[in-house]
Amino acid sequence: MVDVLFFVFAAMAVGGAFGVVLQKNPVSSLLFMVGTLGAVAGIFVLFEAHFLAAIQVIVYAGAIMVLFLFVIMLLNLGHDYKADIRSGLGAFVAFATSGAIAGFLARQFRGAADNPIYQQFPGPEGMDQLLAEQGIVGAIARPLYTEYVVAFELVAILLLVALVGAVALAKKRA
Amino acid sequence: MTELSPTAFWIASWAKVMLVFTGLMVAVAYMTLAERRVSAFIQDRLGPNRVGPFGLLQPIADGIKNILKEETMPATANRTFFILAPALSIIPALVAFAVIPFAAPLTTPWGVVDMIVADIPIGVLFVLALASLGVYGLFLAGWSSNNKYAFLGGVRSSAQMVSYEVALGLSLIPVLMLAGNVTLTEVVWQQQQLGFWYLLPLSLAFVLFVVSAFAETNRLPFDLPEAESELITGYHTEYSGMKFSMFFIAEYAHILTASALMATLFLGGWSVPFWAGDHMFWYQGALISGFTAAGEPIAANPAWWKTLLTFLSFALKTAFFAFVFIWVRWTLPRFRYDQVMHLGWKVMLPTALAYVIGIAAAILTLDQLGVEGFLFGAILTVLSGAATLFFVFVVDRDRVIGGGSAARADRMRAKLDREFTRGAGAAHELPVGPVER
Repeated sequence: MVDVLFFVFAAMAVGGAFGVVLQKNPVSSLLFMVGTLGAVAGIFVLFEAHFLAAIQVIVYAGAIMVLFLFVIMLLNLGHDYKADIRSGLGAFVAFATSGAIAGFLARQFRGAADNPIYQQFPGPEGMDQLLAEQGIVGAIARPLYTEYVVAFELVAILLLVALVGAVALAKKRA
Repeated sequence: MTELSPTAFWIASWAKVMLVFTGLMVAVAYMTLAERRVSAFIQDRLGPNRVGPFGLLQPIADGIKNILKEETMPATANRTFFILAPALSIIPALVAFAVIPFAAPLTTPWGVVDMIVADIPIGVLFVLALASLGVYGLFLAGWSSNNKYAFLGGVRSSAQMVSYEVALGLSLIPVLMLAGNVTLTEVVWQQQQLGFWYLLPLSLAFVLFVVSAFAETNRLPFDLPEAESELITGYHTEYSGMKFSMFFIAEYAHILTASALMATLFLGGWSVPFWAGDHMFWYQGALISGFTAAGEPIAANPAWWKTLLTFLSFALKTAFFAFVFIWVRWTLPRFRYDQVMHLGWKVMLPTALAYVIGIAAAILTLDQLGVEGFLFGAILTVLSGAATLFFVFVVDRDRVIGGGSAARADRMRAKLDREFTRGAGAAHELPVGPVER
């Protein structure tokens, strides 16, 4: 059951990602993006990462994509547009770059059991125990606010800087 | 007293999905009737009372009418999104109900059935996720219609819903801090254990939640996306027939979900007030009703009549809030757009943030001092009550909460009074016809 669902969600995610790139209309692209994010949230649920799935939908599908939609509307971009990459060389460079990134990620997360990335995870039984002890939010929140608190605060400051920067730029224009 | 076998779980889940869906749709149908009858009562009319006894068959007549009506398709509309939009607005509204527990667990010969469609560990977050998706339906409807009024309605709805989602999420944090978990079953259980509805110890969170919920459901005084007097009917201007009524089903389903959430988060959910017999919670694979002084769990004894009674309690609480939604709609005027944004970003957001910090400090202090039980709830009640009064009467000073024009109305009244007394008998005297004696 879980295997079947995984392939269903994976197909939805990949298909949606292709839709984002291939659609000519920005609003259609955006909806495909929302579909992709939803499918990825479904995969998170299959991995028992319910909290991540919920946050994925709330933050990305529900807030960030709505802001994208808002920008598309305010700038009146809701019509078909021409592709940015027109020359054959540009298409080749774009394809090669995305292929290189995909290859790098596949190498990093290859499925071998001795891959050091997987050693940090507690596994299904450990996960169940963690959830029973700390609840779904506690399992994420505890390490985030104790072990990784410095990184967490740095990311928060980074976002604040970006926010202030955006306001400063907007004020300059006006 | 045992949990269900996998097969029984599947069957029970299917049955619950069907029952809840049917129940919700019937409730939505009668919400429309309730809205029309209550509005008629408020405006001193009778309302629809011809179809069936007291007009009770009116929703059926309305449904048949909407199905038989012609579906129009604007020539310049984007066909795909125009058809997709009503579905996108109705699905999140109905699915969100799945995580709300509506009665105490029911005993059956095959085991104990939880009276909740899906008791998933993320609970409230699931509702928030679906609430955040609800905006796509309205927005796409407005955009795909290719009509400027519909488009403005869509833009307003997305701006409004994004703004109030922030306050909605922040107003939930005190509840989750006090309950210690995000599942709604646990929120109900913790309220039973504390002996307080969260309405009292977290009154300011309740106020903020109710206001944001009104904004999220696009109900008056926050119905800017519809705003008949400015935008015809906003995002669904171009819709007709069943697609049009799907937007209304979505709106009423949203109201019911929001009412059920208010009842569950702040009014103890399905729990019957002042009665410990309905306390039930799954703890380490067993259904318990509480703990002894030594910390030993006490087994609960569920019964069908308890399930029925708790369901009645839940239905009454939900119906109360649904009535408040209607009551407010026919009482308050619509906000201006700038007032909506002002309230959301400059009043609700800072207040919610300050309250989260304040209530966290209060809970931490009380925990450190070892205060528990009734005293814990009572102290939080006093603190939150003070915060709520401060918010309403000092921070806001009638500017927004007293109605958009309360202060101006007061000034106007004072001015008229002055003029009336000063000009009595002179130029300001009311015109009086010839008096015959």
